[in-house]
Amino acid sequence: MTDTDGTLFAQVRDPENRADPYPLYTRLRAQPVARQDDGTWVASGYAAIRALLHDPRVSSEDLPPAEHPATGNPIKDFFVNPIKDWITDRHRPFIFRDPPDHGLLRRQVMGQFTVARVRGMKRRTEALVDECLRARAGATRFDLVDDLAYPLPVTVICEMLGVPREDEARFHAWATQLATALEPESRNDEDLRARNTETFDAIAAYMRDLIREKRRAPADDMLSGLATTKDAQAGRMSDPDLVATAILLLIAGHETTVNLITNGMLTLLRHPDELARLRADPERAPRVIEELLRYEPPVHFRTRLTRAPIPVGDVTIPEGVPLVLLFAAGNRDPARFPDPDRFDPDREDNQHFGFGGALHYCVGAPLARIEAEAALTALVARLREPRLVEDPPPYRAGASLRGPERLLLDIRGIA
Amino acid sequence: MRVVVDLNRCQAYAQCCYAAPERFVLQGDEILAYDPAPPAAERAAIDRAVQACPVRAIRVEHDETAERAA
Amino acid sequence: MRDGTIVVAGASLAGLRGAEALRRGGFSGRLILVGDEPHLPYDRPPLSKHVLTGEVAAGATTLPGVGALDAEWRLGTPAAGLDRAGRSLLLADGTRLPFDRLLIATGARARPWPQADEARLAGVHTLRGRDDAAALAAGLAARPGRVLILGAGFIGGEVASSIRALGLPVTVVDPEPAPLARALGSVLGGFMAGRMEASGVDLRPGTRVARLEGDEAGRVRRAHLAEGGTIEADLVVVALGAVRNTGWLAGSGLSADEGGLSCDGACRALDEAGRPDDAIFAAGDVARFPHPLYGGRPVALEHWGNAVAQGAHAARAMLDGPDAAGAYAELPAFWSSQFGLNIKSLGLLEGADAMAIVQGDPGTGRFLAVYGHEGRTIAAVSINAGRWLPAYEAPIREGAPFPPITGGADQPAPAPFPPGLPSMQAA
Repeated sequence: MTDTDGTLFAQVRDPENRADPYPLYTRLRAQPVARQDDGTWVASGYAAIRALLHDPRVSSEDLPPAEHPATGNPIKDFFVNPIKDWITDRHRPFIFRDPPDHGLLRRQVMGQFTVARVRGMKRRTEALVDECLRARAGATRFDLVDDLAYPLPVTVICEMLGVPREDEARFHAWATQLATALEPESRNDEDLRARNTETFDAIAAYMRDLIREKRRAPADDMLSGLATTKDAQAGRMSDPDLVATAILLLIAGHETTVNLITNGMLTLLRHPDELARLRADPERAPRVIEELLRYEPPVHFRTRLTRAPIPVGDVTIPEGVPLVLLFAAGNRDPARFPDPDRFDPDREDNQHFGFGGALHYCVGAPLARIEAEAALTALVARLREPRLVEDPPPYRAGASLRGPERLLLDIRGIA
Repeated sequence: MRVVVDLNRCQAYAQCCYAAPERFVLQGDEILAYDPAPPAAERAAIDRAVQACPVRAIRVEHDETAERAA
Repeated sequence: MRDGTIVVAGASLAGLRGAEALRRGGFSGRLILVGDEPHLPYDRPPLSKHVLTGEVAAGATTLPGVGALDAEWRLGTPAAGLDRAGRSLLLADGTRLPFDRLLIATGARARPWPQADEARLAGVHTLRGRDDAAALAAGLAARPGRVLILGAGFIGGEVASSIRALGLPVTVVDPEPAPLARALGSVLGGFMAGRMEASGVDLRPGTRVARLEGDEAGRVRRAHLAEGGTIEADLVVVALGAVRNTGWLAGSGLSADEGGLSCDGACRALDEAGRPDDAIFAAGDVARFPHPLYGGRPVALEHWGNAVAQGAHAARAMLDGPDAAGAYAELPAFWSSQFGLNIKSLGLLEGADAMAIVQGDPGTGRFLAVYGHEGRTIAAVSINAGRWLPAYEAPIREGAPFPPITGGADQPAPAPFPPGLPSMQAA
C-alpha cells in the first residue's frame, strides 16, 4: 500500500488539518521517506527518522541552496525562516549550526545549564504555578494558555537567564510579538515583518546591554556564566553568538513548553481515567509526560537540508533538498510502538522523538519536564471538575510548533 | 534497589543526571558513572531517571521485600 | 515447549537474561540456574572502572531481574560435566540435574599468567569476577609503590586508567606496538597511547615480560623483561584476555575448546560432527556462533550486549524451536571507558584492511573511524562521539561501500589508510 499523494505534507501544513494531523501522518508513513510534489522530502517512519537524525549529511544549516527554485520551497512559509532570516545576518544560534561550531556553542550552553541550576528551578516553578492558579481563584472559566501555560515558561527562562524581574514584562511582550513570526502569514505581511524586525533589534540591543552589565557584575545566572566563562577549546563566546543564544533560549524555552502543558491537559481531559490516575498518584507524572511527548509532542517536525545524497532503504534523498524529520509521525509508527494511537503512560521502552535526538537533542528538556510536571500535577489536583469548552480547541497557525491558541475550561473553582 | 545501564545504548544525553544527580554523573564528555545499588528512599528519583532517558537504557529492580522489611 | 525442566549452566548476564526471556516467553516449568560463584548474577563492566576507583563497592553490582526471577539457584557449585545421553548436568558437588533443555552460559575466565608458581605470588592479580575486583581494590588501597599491568587490551587500559585516577604510578607492558592494537588497530592504538602517556602511564609497547620475581615472603617484587632489564612492581595485574569455560564439557562429545562452544544460528550446541543438539543451547561469551553479517565466520563475542541479546535468542529457540528463532544476527557492539574517553564500537573490526576517520578530529579528542574489508564497510568506532555512531548501523549491516557516509558536516574528505590490525591469518 503506497500512498503516492505528493501533497500530503502540504495538507499537514494546512491549518484545516491542525486539530488532527495524525491520519495524514499514517498515510505519509506508507512511504517512510517520500518526496513531495514541491521538492521537499519527508521522513515519517521511526527507523528512517532515527537514522537521519544521526546522519552527518543531514545539515541543520538548512538555508536552501540558491539554485533551488524559490517558488517550489514550502519551507519558506515556515515558522523558522522568518526568524532565521533576521538572525543569519548576524549570528545563527546553535540549533541552526553544524559541527564543529555547533558542538562548541552547545557545550558552552550546557556548561551553564547545570544540574544545580535546573533543579534549583523546581521549587520556583511550583511557586510560579501556584501564583498563576491563585490569581484565578474563584474563577469558573480558565484559559489554560493565557492563565498558566504561556506566562510560566517566560518567567522561568527569564530567571534562568538572569533577566531582571522588572524587565520581565518587556520580555513577555517581545516573546509574544516574536511568536507571530512563527505563523506562515507573517512572510507576506509587510507590517508584521517590520514590527518583528523592530522587536528583534530591540531584544538584541537589550541583550547587549544586559551582557555588558553581567560582565561588570556577574550573578549566578546563565547569561553571566556565558558572558564570563572561557571554554578550553572555544574561548569566550562572542557577543553576537551570545545574543543569538539568549534569544534562542527565550523563544525555544517558551513556544515549546506552552504546547507541552496545553496539549498535556487537553490529552488528559480527553482521557479522564488517566487524569484521575494522575490526580490520585502524582508520582505518575514522569510517565504521563514522556507519553505526552510521544503522543502529542510540542514540536511536530524540524526541517533540515541534505548536504549529500542519502540512501534510505530503497530510495535516495538527493543532495541540497529540504528534508523534514516528522517526529510526531515517527512517534506513532506502529512498527516501533505497539498500538501507537493509544495514549498509554504505562508504555515501556518509550523512546520517543519528543525532544528530537542526536546532536540537537533539546537542551531544555530537563527544564521542560520540571515545568510540565509542576503545571499538570497542580492542574489536575486543583481545578475542580474541569470540562473542555471547545473540543477541538482553536489552534495556533504553526504546524511544527503545534498547540492550542487557547484552551478554555469550565471549572467549579480552583482549590 | 538494583540499577544497570546499557552503555551501548547510552548516548550521554545526561537526562538521568538531572533526574537523580546523586546517583548518575557524567565524567568528561560521555562517560556515565552511576550507583548500581541506590537506597530505596531514592525510588522516585531513580524512576524519573528511567523515564527521562531518551534511549531507555536504564533498568531498575526495586527490592520490594527488602523495602518492606526496612 | 512451555513446561518441563530447563537448567541454565552459568549465573551471569547471559544466563540471567536467558532465564528471564524464558519466563517472559511463557515457560512455566522448573528453571534452575547453576553458578560457580556464590553470588547472584552481577554486572562486570564496573569492576575494572568505578569499583577500582572506590566509587562503587565490588558487591554492589547485582543485576536487576534477579529478585523477580522465578527460579531455583544453585550457586557456588560449578558445572563439572555433561551427560548428554542421560540429559543431565553434573555438578562439582556430585549433584545430577536432569533437564529437558540446557542453556550453557558458563562464560569465560581471565587467562592466567602462564607460570603457575609466579601467578601464585602475593600481589599478582587477574580481574574477571567480583571477588577479583575486591581483592585488587584492597591491594590498591594499600597504596603500592608501583603497579605493573601485563597487557594493554581493554581491561588492561581500564585498570590502568582507574589506577591513575587513584594517583598511583603504573607501568603497562604489551608485546604489541600500541595499546588496543589487536582490537582497534595500531592507528587508534597510537591515539590511545598518547592519552595514556599524557595521563602519566609509563607505557612500554613492544615489550614482553619473561618472568615475575617474588621475595622471600612470596610477594611479587619485579618483572624480568624478555629483552633484558627489569621493572620493579609490588602489584601486578595480569590482563592477557580470557579463555572460555568449556573444560567441564570434555568428553561430552560437543565441539568445544578454549575458544568457545560451537553452536548454530539458533544457539544449538554442535557436536563434534557439527550436528546440532536440539536440547542443548549456548549463549554469551562461551558461545561460538556463525555470524551472518561476516560470512558465517564463527565468532565468540565477549560483549555485554551480546550476552543480553543472545541469551534472549537462545530462550526463544528453546521455547519455539530453531526456525521460529531464526539465525542470531545481532550487530556486535561494545564500549570501553578509560582516560576520560568513551570508546564505542559497532560491527567487527577483525580482518579490516582499511580505515578512515570520517567525522571529527583526533586533535580535539572527538572523532569517529570506520573500518572496511575489500571495499565494504564492516565496523565503526567512536571516541567521545557516541551520538554519531547510530548512523553507521545500516551501512555496517548492509556492507555498504567503504567509506560510507561522506560529504556531511564536519567530514574531511576521507583518506583511507591501513588500520594496523593483525591479519586474519595471524590472529
